[in-house]
Amino acid sequence: MNHALILPILLPLVTGAGQLLLYRLPFAVQRLVGIASTLGLVVLGVWGLAMAGSGEHHLYHAGDWPAPFGIVLVLDRLSAIMLALTAVLGFCCLLYASSGADRRGPHFHALFQFQLAGLNGAFLTGDLFNLFVFFEILLIASYALLLHGGGRARSRAGLHYVVINLAGSALFLIALGTLYGLTGTLNMADLALRVAQAPPEDAPLLAAASLILLVVFGIKAAILPLLFWLPRAYSASTAPVAALFAIMTKVGIYAILRVFLLVFALGEAPINATAWVWLWPLALLTLALGGIGVLGSNSLRTLTAYLVILSVGTLLATISFVTPAALGAALFYLIHSTGMAAVFFLLADLLGQQREAGYDRFSAIGPIGHRWLLGTLFFVAAIAMAGLPPFGGFVSKAWILQASAREPQGMWLWGVLLGAALLTVIALSRTGSSWFWRPGDMAKPYPLERGPLALVSTMVGLNGLLAVFGEPVMGYLELTAEQLLDPRAYIAAVLPEAGTATPEVAP
Amino acid sequence: MELLYAITLGVLTTCGIYLLLRARTFTVILGLTLLSHAVNLYLFASGRLVAGAPAIVGLSERSADPLPQALVLTAIVIGFAMTAFVVVLALKAAVELRNDHVDGENPDEDLA
Repeated sequence: MNHALILPILLPLVTGAGQLLLYRLPFAVQRLVGIASTLGLVVLGVWGLAMAGSGEHHLYHAGDWPAPFGIVLVLDRLSAIMLALTAVLGFCCLLYASSGADRRGPHFHALFQFQLAGLNGAFLTGDLFNLFVFFEILLIASYALLLHGGGRARSRAGLHYVVINLAGSALFLIALGTLYGLTGTLNMADLALRVAQAPPEDAPLLAAASLILLVVFGIKAAILPLLFWLPRAYSASTAPVAALFAIMTKVGIYAILRVFLLVFALGEAPINATAWVWLWPLALLTLALGGIGVLGSNSLRTLTAYLVILSVGTLLATISFVTPAALGAALFYLIHSTGMAAVFFLLADLLGQQREAGYDRFSAIGPIGHRWLLGTLFFVAAIAMAGLPPFGGFVSKAWILQASAREPQGMWLWGVLLGAALLTVIALSRTGSSWFWRPGDMAKPYPLERGPLALVSTMVGLNGLLAVFGEPVMGYLELTAEQLLDPRAYIAAVLPEAGTATPEVAP
Repeated sequence: MELLYAITLGVLTTCGIYLLLRARTFTVILGLTLLSHAVNLYLFASGRLVAGAPAIVGLSERSADPLPQALVLTAIVIGFAMTAFVVVLALKAAVELRNDHVDGENPDEDLA
């Protein structure tokens, strides 16, 4: 058993607790400890990618209890990708926050570490109830991070966000209770076997439980009828927090992938078929709404929030094809869209600070300082965001279109995706021309900090690297998709005796 | 016992959802609390309802399933913490926004 597997959870958890204890030390110490811990997570993420690259499922049995009884942590390719993505994103956000945003409220660094611990736990766990617990950890940290900095807008958005997520948690527990009552287990691999062997009269209840789970993950991922909390919450939070939240919707998508491609995927009539039927039209509508929202936003942060919704729609529509090519393309898009959404939240802050009036609101027209430098950065970032070559977005969108062309319903996705992309290009070019082109130079520009500027440029550069190394990345993602579509390998790894032993009778 | 249990669950859930959909933060929090009670009872029932059976194997002929009890304990702790948080948040919002409407502004006041 490899104890390093639990480090992505323990490291931020211990660091966060330590930062609470050492609250009275100078602020720089907290910052350094936080950055060091997050850098450690980046190293662990890279190590995880290399470990999972072999195609094996690496297990960690908590307390050395065997699989269906104790809690297992499972590292496969998908978990490794999500861990690495979270770590890199968290590192960038923390560096940006360290330029001053972290001083606007207490305990920012500790909360940030707890958030990372919750995220990493959700990506690693192989137990459904444990997934609920890690969801709660990441949620309670996110409630407090959302309120970081204070103010009326944050309190208002925070209340909606907290209440809808508490209702979601209640639904999660109802689904778990139903599943446990029917199968007598909550270990995902064991659950998959029991669900497959369940008698036909249990099928409607199992389908109901699976759809309640879809609603819960839909709240997290922001699918159409459940997304109205997102624009206000994301546009109200502090820039580095909003940038970190770019991964939060992806947790919902990860959970959908994990649960519906493992737990409900086996059996003669797999239960997940119902979920895909619902997911496809809802995802297309989400995508369309994202496009319209992007065009109708009144500030750059709201625009970015709708870009997050647009990316969720694209991802889920692609995922609902459930083919290896579509899943691979979706994962590529997931990496690209998470990074670029974060870049835009940071960029909105960076540009807003340099504008003479209105921060990031479109209604305010006024000069902006350093307009050549910032204008170039915005132009390049907008190209990357809209999915034009030579950036990662282009590769991922081309791959999505290619994968969906083989499906009978694929033309719908082509139409909506390309239409939404056009709306994005219009909205972004309108922003660029009204901020950088029309107003003249500012007489006395505010001083521009180099650190955040370099950081955002590097993040855009990373997106370019994603395209440059497109081929090896695509290879890794294709293998990930194949691993996801083979739940039997996951089950065999978690429950080695499952092939021989007769299943126990549920209570 | 099953019937009584089911009726309790139904009443708690109905009241919880009704209160959750109200426009004032205090009633919304009450609704969330009732809903979490219903959920905890539901989780507990997922291990089947048996009377007079301890949760330890071997003490008597029949034993209750201990896992749902552990799950309920976890859910109660989490639910309690979350309720405490949302109460403080609602107070903070009420002080900052000067009203206790869930949207932060009272639509009736604008009309007056």
